[in-house]
Amino acid sequence: MRDLASILPLDVRAVAFHGDGRRLVDGISFQLPAGGLTVILGPNGAGKSLTLRLCHGLLTPSEGRIAWARGAEGRNRRHAMVFQKPIMLRRSVEANVLHALAAAGVAGPERRERCRTALERFGLSERAGQAARLLSGGEQQRLAIARAWALRPELLFLDEPTSQLDPAATRQIEELLSGLVAEGITVLMSTHDLGQARRLASRVLFLHRGRLIANAPAADFFAGPASPEARAFLAGELIW
Amino acid sequence: MDFGAIFSAAFALIVGLDPAFLAIVGLSLRVTLTAVLIAALIGLPLGAALALARFRGRSAVIVCLNALMGLPPVVAGLVVFLLLSRSGPLGPLGLLFTPTAMILAQVLLVLPIVIALTRQTVEDLWGEYRDHLRSVGLEGVRAIPTLLFDGRFALATALLAGFGRASAEVGAVLIVGGNIAGYTRTMTTAITLETSKGDLPLALGLGLVLIALTLAINAVAFGASRIGARYAG
Amino acid sequence: MTPAMTHKNPKETTMTTTRRLLLATGFSAALTGLALAQTTTATPPAASTPAATGTRFITVSSTTSTQDSGLFGHILPLFKAKTGIEVRVVSQGTGQALDTGRRGDADVVFVHAKAQEEKFVAEGFGLERKPVMYNDFVLIGPKADPAGISGTKDIAAALVKIAEKGAPFVSRGDKSGTHSAELALWKVAGVDLAAKKGAWYREIGQGMGAALNTAGGMGAYVLADRGTWISFKNRGDLTIAVEGDRRLFNQYGVIAVNPAKHPHVKINDGQAFVNWLVGPEGQKAIADYKIEGQQLFFPNATQAGA
Repeated sequence: MRDLASILPLDVRAVAFHGDGRRLVDGISFQLPAGGLTVILGPNGAGKSLTLRLCHGLLTPSEGRIAWARGAEGRNRRHAMVFQKPIMLRRSVEANVLHALAAAGVAGPERRERCRTALERFGLSERAGQAARLLSGGEQQRLAIARAWALRPELLFLDEPTSQLDPAATRQIEELLSGLVAEGITVLMSTHDLGQARRLASRVLFLHRGRLIANAPAADFFAGPASPEARAFLAGELIW
Repeated sequence: MDFGAIFSAAFALIVGLDPAFLAIVGLSLRVTLTAVLIAALIGLPLGAALALARFRGRSAVIVCLNALMGLPPVVAGLVVFLLLSRSGPLGPLGLLFTPTAMILAQVLLVLPIVIALTRQTVEDLWGEYRDHLRSVGLEGVRAIPTLLFDGRFALATALLAGFGRASAEVGAVLIVGGNIAGYTRTMTTAITLETSKGDLPLALGLGLVLIALTLAINAVAFGASRIGARYAG
Repeated sequence: MTPAMTHKNPKETTMTTTRRLLLATGFSAALTGLALAQTTTATPPAASTPAATGTRFITVSSTTSTQDSGLFGHILPLFKAKTGIEVRVVSQGTGQALDTGRRGDADVVFVHAKAQEEKFVAEGFGLERKPVMYNDFVLIGPKADPAGISGTKDIAAALVKIAEKGAPFVSRGDKSGTHSAELALWKVAGVDLAAKKGAWYREIGQGMGAALNTAGGMGAYVLADRGTWISFKNRGDLTIAVEGDRRLFNQYGVIAVNPAKHPHVKINDGQAFVNWLVGPEGQKAIADYKIEGQQLFFPNATQAGA
């Protein structure tokens, strides 16, 4: 029954978003093909998170359009998002996953099966009955990813998923993300951590002051970025 | 005042299991619990909807609701009295001086508390959950069940506050119930009556029983929410 | 990115839906609630079908003195045993009790202020006023007796002294039968209350028992009906100061509410109660009610002009 035609590529065309009387992002255009891990890189306040929210549909662009290869709105939109600070419902680990599946309209028996698989896949089976909000930061982010993964997205958005975690937990999350990419899930994540971008990215979108300055394969970008801003960022200078 | 007499009166009431006394306690609980239940059925969804909706005049509505939490019970009683009196708009229902009338008056007292506290709780929770719920496609009305469920411990406190207000008040139930012996006499109207009869030990004895009941209900609710909170985080 | 940005999600459609649902939820929940409230009580919804469902009952609005003295607790079970009719008594001051009848919220009124009762009948709200019983008023005061009237029999002279000395006096101030009687007595005594009223004269606007409690607390004089006084348990320092004056007579009357004014009143059952009260059985029941050997009310239904 399910339409298995891909929602990708995602086509972002001249998107702008206004808030507080300012253009917070402006003239953003890029195509996101299926596969790989694309990193949105840039300093704080560049509009990374905003761009992810626009793509995911949490925000409506003031100008321009965001188009999917086929319909990707509503209940079963086949793209999911993980936030910077994990949002944990006041329920058990298991109930957090079940809730997201129920919201997506997954029926009872399949819901339980997919929940079980997700907890197993992300090493949370033993935590199933525990209160989600009492998990450690790393475990919470892992649960957030498991919850998103259970929805079987083609594309996963992650907004600075490790910025609140210690190095060990960060390491773990990064390994998980590489695993997801290997599984065939397309990942678009934002980070301001240069090292993380180098470790994970297959492609880089470099944002600066609400504008997309570079869109290049990671190897090219890190070898010699075209713009002075990106060069300054790579050199570790504080740019604004 | 002879405190020994008060405690022995309270003790005799409880141990004696006098049917008239039990009927009074039963009616008090039935009226108040029904009123809280109705107020919950109306107030929880309405409060949640108010938390999520944005419309002109919303702030005014919230301010009014918060103010209504302090509505004097006598005024609520008077409003219901005028509505239900044979000469009032709902007179043909013949509900004045019945337990139903008392329930209505108490709903009027409890509802603003439930709506206002639910609004606050759900709005705070929505602030925290919004991104995730919208991400999984739960917006507006579809988000309400999740928010009410996850706010259940705070909401239980709101209902307890409503229960406390309803079970303690005498002004409204006296006016609309009439304190009819064996029919609309509650703990608080019985206390009023015994006070006016000068039987102060019995009045205070009844008061002690009422306090004990309220204490028991609060203790159970508190314990339940504590245990629940441990599992839900 | 600043947090403020994430608040800008003006999806107009979502909001109107929410608003509409807010209204709908509230409305339907209110209906559910009302329906629930209805089912929680076993009362018949319409009084016009009395015996059709549930208990057969009438509502009587009466005075605080009959309630507080415990008379009803004694006589109503007898009436119910005989007729199967439950009498639900709402006790208020006489003025308020008559108003309850005027609005049609009672089937029978049972009060003690002849002038007000006759007015009630004259206005067409009541069918016929029938005398039922009497007791008498007593002037209650503190044992210290600041007005120096204890043991006297002339109520008019006693009131004059209270006013002259400015001794504290508690008035019901609630348009009740006792309040009417008190005002009439001041008139008889020739005390112009409007002019003499001062801090000593305290109107509390409450029932008989409350007035006695207040008088006890303040060491004040108070006019009370003997029935309430005898059954009153918190006497403390209070005692009878003046009694036995003919002018302290207190007559009770009963009136069935006129169905021509309020078609829903249960005229048959209400009239049955009236007839029982003024008939031999009711009169005997009233006479039999005693506290500690003292009779509280004296039946006089057959006495002409009472």
